[in-house]
Amino acid sequence: MSWMLIDLTLCISLLILAVAALYARGLQQRVVFFIAFGLLCAIAWARLNAPDLALAEAAIGAGLTGALLLSALNDETDPQPPLTQPRLGRLLTTAITALLTLALCAAVVTLFPLHEGIAIQQLQQQMPHAGVVHPVTAVLLNFRAWDTLLELAVLLCAALTVLNLAPARPVTAHDSPLTGMLTRILLPLLTVTAGYLLWTGAHAPGGAFQAGAVLAAATVVLRLNNNPGFTHLRVGALRALLALGLLLFLGVGLLQTVLGGAFLQYPPSTAGFLILLIEAGAMLSIACMLSLVYLGGHLHPHWPCHAPSNGVDTWKRHS
Amino acid sequence: METTQLIYAVTGALIIGLGLSAALRDEPLLARIIAINIAGVGVFLLFVAIAYRGFGQTADPIPHALVLTGIVVAVAASGLAIAINRRLHHDSPSGDGPAEDSSA
Repeated sequence: MSWMLIDLTLCISLLILAVAALYARGLQQRVVFFIAFGLLCAIAWARLNAPDLALAEAAIGAGLTGALLLSALNDETDPQPPLTQPRLGRLLTTAITALLTLALCAAVVTLFPLHEGIAIQQLQQQMPHAGVVHPVTAVLLNFRAWDTLLELAVLLCAALTVLNLAPARPVTAHDSPLTGMLTRILLPLLTVTAGYLLWTGAHAPGGAFQAGAVLAAATVVLRLNNNPGFTHLRVGALRALLALGLLLFLGVGLLQTVLGGAFLQYPPSTAGFLILLIEAGAMLSIACMLSLVYLGGHLHPHWPCHAPSNGVDTWKRHS
Repeated sequence: METTQLIYAVTGALIIGLGLSAALRDEPLLARIIAINIAGVGVFLLFVAIAYRGFGQTADPIPHALVLTGIVVAVAASGLAIAINRRLHHDSPSGDGPAEDSSA
């Protein structure tokens, strides 16, 4: 009974925060409500026995997306455009979404009681050969490795597009809200946490995605401290880092076909090591991609991706 | 156990509806990105609710892996949308920025 009270409170708060994030007056308020919504969602997922997802949502869904949206607030300088949508259109969209939601709710209610499918039975049988003890990591990097491989490809596409879209404009310099002291404490802590999450992913909640997000958080800290931490990184090195995860994953997968197995089918004896290797590469790539997306394709003010001289000049003029 | 699943699953469905209807409104792009992200979180919540297997029991890991993939793709998609918006703003004739300098 007490658990039901907690569940109801959590769900009602989630709904209220969602409405606040969608209908609050200012964009800045909406972003802040969105971050709160994400954090509450992480708590809900921890309650639903999904600690991996709670970690990922807190670090990526609420943390990095929040930082991304906050830094994008500067772009939306124009006042809100007046509602140009005709009244009938608004009514129609509301009616259609209401119908869809009702249908979805009805579908959800008819789903229960749930029966265990074949997939989870096969999963339990195959778990001893997975190379890792933690089931989520086993699904991500062994049983459904194709999904993860293609996801890395999607991420690479997004990161490369962001890199090429970045206009040659100066990165807006701002007062650093974090002191250098805090950065010096936070950076080693974040790095060690990322390493720990990567290592522990084999037998407990954690893994490449959470570790990569924590490493990307280090970029956010550096950026907030106005620290040009990436000035030494060249385009070639950046590209190599971005592609490392995908190439390593593909390489390990293809190696299995050469050795006589199927693509991405690891031999049980070395599966644990191979998974850790892939995860390490994926962590670096994911951290790089998320950092790049957060920085809007601009690693540093002199970033040579569009018109180097122009970019440098405008930067100098503004600073 | 079923009531717990049902409560969270229905909440997820409601959040999807809320986010979807807000994403279809005529609003600044950033507000729409937030709305789509919220609808996405609703989908994830629905998945996680269905994966739940009762107190103290391990949940179904397959939906968890899918949702984990989804979270990371969602942030990449949001970042891409923001980058495109920024570029559009930068290149538009009314937008301020170095685009005017180079055309002059």
